[in-house]
Amino acid sequence: MNPSLAVYQGMLRAGINFATSVPCVNLQELLALVSDDPEIIHVPVTREEEGVGLCAGAWIGGHRPALLMQNSGLGNSINALASLDLLYGIPLLMIISHRGGMGEPVIGQVPMGRLTVPLLEAMAIPHFEPSPAEAEETVAQAWSQAAAGCCPVAVLLDLEFWRGR
Amino acid sequence: MKRIEAIALAAEAAAAQDALLVSNIGFPSRELFSVKDRPENFYMLGSMGLASSIGLGLALALPERKVMVLDGDGSVLMNLGTLATIAHYAPENYLLVILDNCCYGSTGSQPTCTHLGTDLFALAKAAGVKKVSLVERAEDLAEALLGPGVVIVNVDAGNANVPIISLSPKEIIERFMRCARPAPPFGMNHL
Repeated sequence: MNPSLAVYQGMLRAGINFATSVPCVNLQELLALVSDDPEIIHVPVTREEEGVGLCAGAWIGGHRPALLMQNSGLGNSINALASLDLLYGIPLLMIISHRGGMGEPVIGQVPMGRLTVPLLEAMAIPHFEPSPAEAEETVAQAWSQAAAGCCPVAVLLDLEFWRGR
Repeated sequence: MKRIEAIALAAEAAAAQDALLVSNIGFPSRELFSVKDRPENFYMLGSMGLASSIGLGLALALPERKVMVLDGDGSVLMNLGTLATIAHYAPENYLLVILDNCCYGSTGSQPTCTHLGTDLFALAKAAGVKKVSLVERAEDLAEALLGPGVVIVNVDAGNANVPIISLSPKEIIERFMRCARPAPPFGMNHL
């Protein structure tokens, strides 16, 4: 299964119809699929935190939102996730390209690579790390959990995932 | 004009247009709560900088509904990218009102860069927002509140003596959502 297509099909199964994004090189195929889908309102934002705000508004307005970003953007979003989504009980599906792990060529990705899971756990935000074969099911489940728990949920997709493993 | 007077005008305009009104964290939300509380008001209690973004998400999700945002100079400066996003993605039902008092009014009136000359009108224009207005008088504000785009209102520094908001986050969002979400089709309430 193509990793980008698996995530996209998971988003469709979840009924995601609103997406905001800041790109990562590993998200490029997925971003193209989302952009080309007339059923999804896609707003490329200037900073991930802005995307958290847009997604919150869209959910309040009855849409099912997803934020597509690199894990560096999780760092940019901490306060918004805490004092908007967690405070009011707003669900959000976060599709995160998890850089900075095994095989990472860019040293600047390593600090946030190591901090990503501890940050999510400190905020009690559920997270999943599916393989490409599991991704469609996991992404759909992640949204269900976000909606049921009225909280953000993260799907972390590392370098191995994008290599198809 | 005092900020609370601008907020009162915006609240009246929102009620007259059956608009949803997203209000910035701190004293602006408290002033709005005190002059005209409506379930259609969303009072931000955190996430400084994101009022304009929350409102934009709402406006895109609800294209038939007017969405107004009350923001401040300090908060817009914290999320300046929002002006570029608004310029290219905001629909016609979206209006951002920036109440510029040239300071961080809720934290002791420390000056912002608009006090030193940063021009939010020029920034919004340069970001590509088509309809931008700068107003100082109440009658000009009342007219700008009828349209879309971005309106910058020069207001005096200082906060009104108003109490804190006596609603929990849960109460704020639940009553707001009842107003914001389209009613489900007849017979579909159980879904």
